Amino acid sequence: MTRFWTRLVVVLTIITGVNYIAWRWAASLNWEAWWIALPLVIAETYSLIDVMLFGMTVWRLKIRKGAPTPPADATVDVFITTYNEDLDMVMTTALAAQRIRHPHSTWILDDGARPELKALAEQHGLGYVTRSEDWTSNVPRHAKAGNLNNALMQTHGEFLLILDADQIPEPDILEKTLGYFNNRRVALVQTPQYFSNVPASDPLGSQAPLFYGPIQQGKDGWNAAFFCGSNAILRREALMQLGLVGYVKETEKSIRRALAASRSAIKQARKSADVEAPLVAQVLDEVEAATREAQQELEAGGALSEITYRVRRRVDAAVQTLVMADVEALQADLEEIAAMELAHVGESGVPVVADDAVQRMSARDWSPLGALESVQAVLDALSVERNDEAQPVMPLATISVTEDMATAMRMHAMGWESVYHHEILAYGLAPEDLKTMLTQRLRWAQGTIQVLLRENPLVQKGLKIGQKLMYFATMWTYLSGYAAVIYFAAPIIYLLLGILPVTSLSWDFFIRFIPFMVANQLLFAVAGRGIPTWRGQQYSLALFPTWIKACSTAARNVWFGRPLGFAVTPKARQSGGPSWSLIQPQIVVSVLLAVAAVVGILRLAAGLAEPLGTLVNVAWVIYDLVVMSILVRAVLYKGYEPAGDPAVTEREPDGV
Amino acid sequence: MEFSYEVKDSYAEVKADGRLNMVSAPKLREFVTDVIAGGSNRIVVNLENTAFMDSSGLGALIGCLKAARQAGGDLRIAAVQPQVKMVLQLTSMDKVLTSYTSAEEAFSND
Repeated sequence: MTRFWTRLVVVLTIITGVNYIAWRWAASLNWEAWWIALPLVIAETYSLIDVMLFGMTVWRLKIRKGAPTPPADATVDVFITTYNEDLDMVMTTALAAQRIRHPHSTWILDDGARPELKALAEQHGLGYVTRSEDWTSNVPRHAKAGNLNNALMQTHGEFLLILDADQIPEPDILEKTLGYFNNRRVALVQTPQYFSNVPASDPLGSQAPLFYGPIQQGKDGWNAAFFCGSNAILRREALMQLGLVGYVKETEKSIRRALAASRSAIKQARKSADVEAPLVAQVLDEVEAATREAQQELEAGGALSEITYRVRRRVDAAVQTLVMADVEALQADLEEIAAMELAHVGESGVPVVADDAVQRMSARDWSPLGALESVQAVLDALSVERNDEAQPVMPLATISVTEDMATAMRMHAMGWESVYHHEILAYGLAPEDLKTMLTQRLRWAQGTIQVLLRENPLVQKGLKIGQKLMYFATMWTYLSGYAAVIYFAAPIIYLLLGILPVTSLSWDFFIRFIPFMVANQLLFAVAGRGIPTWRGQQYSLALFPTWIKACSTAARNVWFGRPLGFAVTPKARQSGGPSWSLIQPQIVVSVLLAVAAVVGILRLAAGLAEPLGTLVNVAWVIYDLVVMSILVRAVLYKGYEPAGDPAVTEREPDGV
Repeated sequence: MEFSYEVKDSYAEVKADGRLNMVSAPKLREFVTDVIAGGSNRIVVNLENTAFMDSSGLGALIGCLKAARQAGGDLRIAAVQPQVKMVLQLTSMDKVLTSYTSAEEAFSND
């Protein structure tokens, strides 16, 4: 029944929305003020697409009835990932994980390699994993994804439960979720992330009831439930498949790149005046012939390992000829020296360079070809060992700082299924100050945009159209910062200057706008089923500087290789007083809005403005200010005080 | 690779800084030949800053030795670094080219 009403309101929202936006484009633009009229209608179109994607998400809302009984012999590794968190916190989570009822092994994945934590783990009989020696300083560490990938190589359970260091699991978390894997195609079961240190008013907007509710349930309906990094169970086989496919893809890509670069590298080497000896030219000819042949074999679909092996064999033989020539020349020199003065060359005559010495001198690290760096670089890249990574197989995606989203998307693209289990089975700790919270939101947004730019879901082969749009919907919401700026600018411009982006605020406008607005709010009310969504709405607008920063830094990172300025979200509260500087852009905008409202009213009193336009825009300003007022509470928030707070809810049997 | 030389009391010290490989080896040969032509036939090649040597580099050293001997002098090496030492041992060239700890020491006994 809920589904019927939800779908009805979705249809209503789309009809009224398209009706309004079509009219806006076709008949309402004030072209004399195109510089604000056009941005505003684009922002409104953005919002319509946003709400349409939300409508599509909740269209297939899936309310699961619980998992079947899991096989008792399913083997599980529980991973607790930590880097620098408080040891008490890690141990509380680890010991709770140990008490999970279904048979399992508990592992602390300590990326900080802290001896104290190792001792604590041993003392309590917990597994303890740090990076293997393959993670040298020459390869990227890939943060949490690297930590998990490293642990995957050192453990062997069929399933993995991943927990952040602060996420204290319930003893029945596996019993409630493992049964979903009876379906052989299921690779992921995600449960909600819920925070126990958040008051009912949730001043920092930490709980995400809309996301861990209708949105995930809706995505689940499209077989696109997201992996959110913690409180999730994964099938190792699926992850490993992902790692292997990724390995083959990366290897082929780097071999293709190397072959493409080989021609110019060889040309460059030939040109360099240093290479005059005919033997060197011969070796270069050989390298060129070998790479050309490899290219042909690659086009013909040959196996990468064989192609690269053949190139190496051929080049090695050529290099050996070169070394042999050096040795022969050297030997001839020695003979001459000996002929000059017998006594000086040693007791047993002229020393002979042994074959194995020639072999050694021909090996990659000592090879004379190393002098031709560009050629050597091409040859090094023609390998299947993936020397630029700690381990060739990287099951968790490393293209983004939010490895979870990228990983799930690749799994979905390979045909695996996912489940969202709507029941709180772990209790975590949310940031307790604005600064930490902003860092966390920035990181999520950056990661999401990185995935969008690196592996745009809309063009990923293997994803169904619904899945593509479910991933795209989340990415789309993070573009809202730009729309927000326009939404703030429009009323300010009208109230200060009297410039209206629409031709007139008449009956034509209201008859289209108001039904859309009402349907839109109704949609959130019906889909949300009484969930408090206001806090989320406030923050999605109020954090506009964070969203813009995320988009620009992620774009710079993906396109120009610049660092993100990435920080691990601290779990402990940052000290210090209220930090107003964190919300400087929002303060500036709020002051501008307030000033604009006052000026607008004065202009109305002076007869310089229309009553209707002023009324609409002042109302708009008031709405914006109410939305942003949450930031004042956020700055003043002094952290969670549990005493007398009824917000620490009991476990809700909601949905399942 | 950079070469420099300095004429001392009883010998000329040649310094070869960088990687002694296929590209730089012919230059060393040329450089040392010039030093010999300039009148010094007792040469110490100071390898203190030579981190790497390949077969061509080794060939060049022996070539220089030959040139020094032909000029009636000798060539010695000093301050050999680990990789170069391994190459010398592996090819038994340590029997022909004794390495001294420092350039001063190389001709100190004769």
